Amino acid sequence: MSLGKKIAEMIREEAKGEEEIRIMHLCGTHEDTITRYGIRSLLPKNVKLLSGPGCPVCITPDSDLQKVFHLLEKKDVILTTFGDMARVPCMGKTLFSFRGERDVRIVYSVFDAVEIAKKESKPVVHFGIGFETTMPSTALAVLDDVENFYVFSSHRYFIPAMDYLLSLGEARIDAFINPGHVSTIVGVKAYNEITEKYRVPQVIAGFEANDVLLAVFMLVKTVKKLRAGEKPESLLMNEYTRAVSYEGNVKAQKVMEEVFGREDWEWRGLGVVPNSGAPISKKYSEHDACFAFEDVFEDFTPSEDPKKRACRCGEVLRGLITPKDCPLFMKSCTPRDPVGPCMVSFEGTCSIWAKYGEYNF
Amino acid sequence: MCLAVPGKVVEVDYPFAVVDFKGARRKVRIDLLDDVKAGDYVLVHVGFAIQKVEKSEAEEIESFLEQLAC
Repeated sequence: MSLGKKIAEMIREEAKGEEEIRIMHLCGTHEDTITRYGIRSLLPKNVKLLSGPGCPVCITPDSDLQKVFHLLEKKDVILTTFGDMARVPCMGKTLFSFRGERDVRIVYSVFDAVEIAKKESKPVVHFGIGFETTMPSTALAVLDDVENFYVFSSHRYFIPAMDYLLSLGEARIDAFINPGHVSTIVGVKAYNEITEKYRVPQVIAGFEANDVLLAVFMLVKTVKKLRAGEKPESLLMNEYTRAVSYEGNVKAQKVMEEVFGREDWEWRGLGVVPNSGAPISKKYSEHDACFAFEDVFEDFTPSEDPKKRACRCGEVLRGLITPKDCPLFMKSCTPRDPVGPCMVSFEGTCSIWAKYGEYNF
Repeated sequence: MCLAVPGKVVEVDYPFAVVDFKGARRKVRIDLLDDVKAGDYVLVHVGFAIQKVEKSEAEEIESFLEQLAC
C-alpha cells in the first residue's frame, strides 16, 4: 500500500463517528495538490477541505487594479507586474489591453523591473502583489534606491486575514493548513497569536500529496482531542520542517519591516481586513507610486465592474462555496475567457478545478 | 505565486549568485540569506533565494515539481 493510501486510511479511522471537521487551506499551491491528486475523494465525508484566500492575484481588489489602470491612462510610465495579474479583467480591460498605447511588461522578478529602470529614463512602476513570501523581494528592490523605480504596493500581510476569517465565523473553520512558503519567511512563531486568540489547530504543510494528507491527519486528531475536552500536545505544528524554521527568515522579516507600513486594506471577498495592508512606509515615499503620482489619484474613485455582479469569487475565497456553486463556472467564465480572478490565476481555485476537471465529479 | 523552486548555487558574486535549476541557470539575489556558498542548495522565489535547504530536501521538492510539470 502506498504511503498516501495508508495515511488516508488512518484519517478515515481517526474521523469515524466524528461530527463534520472543516479544514481550510490557505494557499493556491495546496489547492493544486489537493485537486490534482484527488485528495478530497480519499477523505471520509465528514472531513471537508475548504479553500481559503491563498491566491494573491485573486484577493487583489478591483479598486487596486482600477487605480493602476488610471495611472496608465494618465501617465506615460513603464508598468511591470507578474503574468497572472496582467490578465485579470476589470471594466472590460486588462493590463495587457493597454499594450500598444502603454509600455506594460511582465517580469519574473521585481529585480527585472529594477534592471529596466536602470536602462530607461521613464518612470518604472512595479505593481507589487503577494504575501510575505514576495514582500521581502519588493523591499530589497526599494532599498536599491534606483531613482526612477516606484512600487505600487498591493502587498498584503497574510495572518491578519486568518484572524479576520475566524472572527467572521461564517465558514465554521475547525483547523487550518498554513501556507508553506509564507511560513518560510514568517516562521512558525508568527502563528502563535492565532493559536492564543482562537485555539484553532494549525499545521504548516509542504506541497506534496503526502504532506497535505499528513497535515489533515494531524489536524483531525487534534480537533478530535479538543472536542473531547482533552489537551492536545500542540495546536501549532510544522510538517514542512524541510523549509520552515521556528524563527523563519529573520533577515527577510527585518527588510520587510523597514520598507512597509501597516494599514487596514480591502481584500476581494473579505472586505477591509484590519492591519493587513502593506503600503510603502513614509521613509521610502520617493519610491512609492501612490505618493509620487499623488496628483493622479486625487480625483480617482473606483467603480463596480458590472460584469462581475454574478461572479462569486468572493465566496470562493472565504471558503463558503466551491466553484461548482457559481452560476458562471465553466459557462460564461472559463480559463480562456475568465470573468473573475479565481479563474485567471493559476493559483485560483476556479482555474485549478477547471484544469483538472474537478467539476465533473 | 508563493511557490519556491530549489536549485544549486554554482557561483557567488554577492548579492547575486548563479543558481542551477536542473540545467537551467539563472541569476538570483541571495542577500535575504547569510553565508551562501557555491554548492549550497537554496529555495528560490521570484528570483530571490529565501531559504537554504539540504540536498536531499531539495531533491524531494524537485521531484514533486517535476510531477507537477508533466
